Amino acid sequence: MAGNWQLAKRRPALEARARIVQTIRAFFMEQDFLEVETPQRIPVNAPELHIDAVRSGSWSLHTSPELCMKRLLAAGYPRLFQICRVWRDAERGRRHLPEFTMLEWYRADADYLDLMNDCEALLQALLPSGSLPVRDATIALAAPWQRLTVADAFSAYASLPLAQALAADRFDEVLSNEVEPRLGRERPTFLYDYPAGLAALARRKANQTDLAERFELYIAGVEIANAFSELTDPDEQRQRFSADEASRRQQGKEPLPLPEKFLSELANLPPSAGIALGLDRLVMLLTGAASIDAVVAFTPEEL
Amino acid sequence: MYSCSDLKKGLKLLIDGEPHIIAGFDFAKPGKGQAIYKCKLRNMITGSLFDRSYRSGDSFEPAQLEDVRMQYLYQDEAGYVFMDNKTFEQIHLSEETLGDDKLFLRDNMEVEILMFNGRGIGVTLPNFVNLRVERSDPWVKGDTAAGNSKPATVEGGYTLSVPPFVEEGDIIQIDTRSGEYVTRVKE
Repeated sequence: MAGNWQLAKRRPALEARARIVQTIRAFFMEQDFLEVETPQRIPVNAPELHIDAVRSGSWSLHTSPELCMKRLLAAGYPRLFQICRVWRDAERGRRHLPEFTMLEWYRADADYLDLMNDCEALLQALLPSGSLPVRDATIALAAPWQRLTVADAFSAYASLPLAQALAADRFDEVLSNEVEPRLGRERPTFLYDYPAGLAALARRKANQTDLAERFELYIAGVEIANAFSELTDPDEQRQRFSADEASRRQQGKEPLPLPEKFLSELANLPPSAGIALGLDRLVMLLTGAASIDAVVAFTPEEL
Repeated sequence: MYSCSDLKKGLKLLIDGEPHIIAGFDFAKPGKGQAIYKCKLRNMITGSLFDRSYRSGDSFEPAQLEDVRMQYLYQDEAGYVFMDNKTFEQIHLSEETLGDDKLFLRDNMEVEILMFNGRGIGVTLPNFVNLRVERSDPWVKGDTAAGNSKPATVEGGYTLSVPPFVEEGDIIQIDTRSGEYVTRVKE
């Protein structure tokens, strides 16, 4: 019997993946982060304009563990991390699976700048040599990494300025086609300070309220992580959720209740910051895989 | 009509009035943003290749294409003439449209013509075609540099690699999809 060659040939990638997960666990445990597991099937996710949950009976599979993680933070756990499966309906591409693995970590009494430092330290723990070879170049991982505001990135790389892209509702398209491929080429890039409307759960900048304290980490043109300083004002959070939920309904999507327990406990959330990192994509980068299919044991099509 | 969730490699769409095939496809979603459906499209008439992005809510008209069984008749100044065996209607295909397939055409060969709006825009040949070797030098024994193969030119002018035992006048079978030698055929 020849066996399933498609599965067998992934062994080096799966071995690398297992080592990467071990290194990540050790990295966070050494810094006194508590690893937690929160339920993957929940009554409702945070309403997101462009993320659809997979339904499970009258509940949903989580699209991110963020609501439960923040309830734990609000209950007094200062440093948390979780490695878990999350689900996003109808997302499939070279870097997308409808079921994938998320690494999330949260810090109380911290903001998004602290998480940038965490990212730098984590990658250095994973790659002690300090450099990441990619197809046609080498990416230097020594801190500090490039920090580029969204507005500056559009000025530098896009065919139209940020304000025009937003006004024409072309932000995501221009970001994906013109900006992202240029990011994180010589060293990783933190793309930061997003327009406030594009960060439903993030705190606004104190001195520039049209911007939110959010960043995305890019390495070799690939989006790896999304982070922000958490919004801790329950009233503002309720308003934003309601607005997003209204927009969802306008798009003809099914009405969803708001996550009331999360909203009621948000008032106890200390100033804090959280980040979600796509583990499969990190493994892709570290193993030089061209497709996310190469770094998972099974794709949905193989089941 | 198709929606974005139907888009995939190989799908044929009508864009600006002309049939296009999706030659490459990827799904992207920057940050928590909108889904972007990135297509590499090939115009099925001109062959030109270009990138275009779509997003949720966009819709697409299927390209109405039809494969019609026809017989190759002859070549004239206007191109290659095929006849529909049911209606006896004749059409011309240009040399450009046929591309390398013209090398494998034989008189009276039955082929599938891809039709769009009454116009032939492509041809699918039988997977295998038998052609006579018109020219092939005898293999020099011990010539290991040649790697146990030698060039041969078949009727119509196509040249390919064949095993050493193939001689001028032999009939060989060629895979029209790869252009490669398959076997020698006994007459």
